Amino acid sequence: MNNLSDTNIFDFSKITGPIHDFLMGFLPSWATVTVECLLIGVGLLLAYALLALFYIYFERKVCAAFQCRLGPNRVGPWGLLQSFADMFKILIKELISLNHTDKFLFALAPYLVIIASMLCFAVLPWGYGLQIINFNIGIFFLVACSSIGVLGILLAGWSSNNKYTLIGALRSGAQMVSYELSIGLCVVTMVCLAGSMNITDIVMAQENTWFILKGHVAAWIAFIIYLIAGTAETNRGPFDLPEAESELTAGYHTEYSGIHFGFFYLAEYLNLFIVAGVATLLFFGGWMPFHITGWDGFNTVMNYIPTPIWFIGKAIALSFVIIWFKWTFPRLRIDQLLTLEWKYLLPINLFNLALMVCIITFGWHF
Amino acid sequence: MISLAIFGIQNSGVLAITALLTGVALVALAMWIAGLISPRSFNPQKGEAYECGIPTRGESMSQLHVGYYLFAILFLMFDVETVFLLPWAVRMQELGTQGLISIAVFFGVLVLGLVYAWKKGALEWK
Repeated sequence: MNNLSDTNIFDFSKITGPIHDFLMGFLPSWATVTVECLLIGVGLLLAYALLALFYIYFERKVCAAFQCRLGPNRVGPWGLLQSFADMFKILIKELISLNHTDKFLFALAPYLVIIASMLCFAVLPWGYGLQIINFNIGIFFLVACSSIGVLGILLAGWSSNNKYTLIGALRSGAQMVSYELSIGLCVVTMVCLAGSMNITDIVMAQENTWFILKGHVAAWIAFIIYLIAGTAETNRGPFDLPEAESELTAGYHTEYSGIHFGFFYLAEYLNLFIVAGVATLLFFGGWMPFHITGWDGFNTVMNYIPTPIWFIGKAIALSFVIIWFKWTFPRLRIDQLLTLEWKYLLPINLFNLALMVCIITFGWHF
Repeated sequence: MISLAIFGIQNSGVLAITALLTGVALVALAMWIAGLISPRSFNPQKGEAYECGIPTRGESMSQLHVGYYLFAILFLMFDVETVFLLPWAVRMQELGTQGLISIAVFFGVLVLGLVYAWKKGALEWK
């Protein structure tokens, strides 16, 4: 399945292959792998940081538009450098050392949060041959990694030794584990349709039709549930109970200061991208251009748009929807939140999985 | 698969560790830079919990509402279910009727579990 059939989609191994050959020319193979891993690490770090900074800017602009304001517009053209300025500001803020925290866990929490989002970020496919971690069980690995994040949040809340942070962390824990079920079941639903857990295979299976069109009703239900659960998973409004500022100061990261707080902020925005990216991957074909069966001319034109642009374009469009949620719906109460998941989304999701099985078994899909 | 692996690195474990170390490096590097350039000032008041301005009363690391744990236990049940469903989902189209019946039994038991928890009132937030 892992082959592109006679299309002009760009193969990124045409770039990475020659670099590999060049390095192999004068280095032993272990050194080559080390250098390549370093290259990957630097690339990952840059992409991660730039994307998070872009997302902070994007969210502030979108939020401003919803509230009839201009948003950041002073630093750089259209305020584009605002988040860079913010990053430097946060770097030169004092790191306050508290005298009542569990020091080790307090320092460990940001590592866990960042590692979780970094691992998920590395799994996302950006193009043909442009994906860092390509496991056979890619999508399962992604779901598993994303659940490490909740550990970081729980540790942050617990180790701060503050009542607000503890309540925030527990709410976050209950919320994230509950909504992870929905994400897991949506993934199972779409894996049924794809017939593989390998991310490249999932994207390839959507070469002719994206799953949102192929799976029709079942895919639409799964997509809506995924979007709701993804919003809850990233602790964003209307599910921002863990950091409900009117009740809990800042929730689980109240006691963090300076760049220490910045990590949670960074990871939150990256998680937004990851949720949108996984939705793109499962429902909108990942980096696969929009194809209509039979319209060869149209498909060829679509293939000329580079795959990373397809991927990031779809992901940003979906993140816009998630940001839109935040500025549209009021915040839920904890009991409403848990009722929504356990009494509505979970039964609907189980039913939807059965529906998808029917659709596949009887061949009702496109 | 061969052409797809980035730089032709077949061992995805190496790449996963690279990503993990990148995450560690990001935090460690930023903390180091911040430690170098950020100011330091000392005041006993700054070490206090940021709660409401007056000195904190009572222990913060105390007993918690049991409701949170209840949902964690329920989550465990359904998350393990998801793990068992995934391998079947991959081979669903080949396994056919027999696989479908077996998974339906498995599924039915879990739905019963959910119904039981629901009837018992475990899904109510008290």
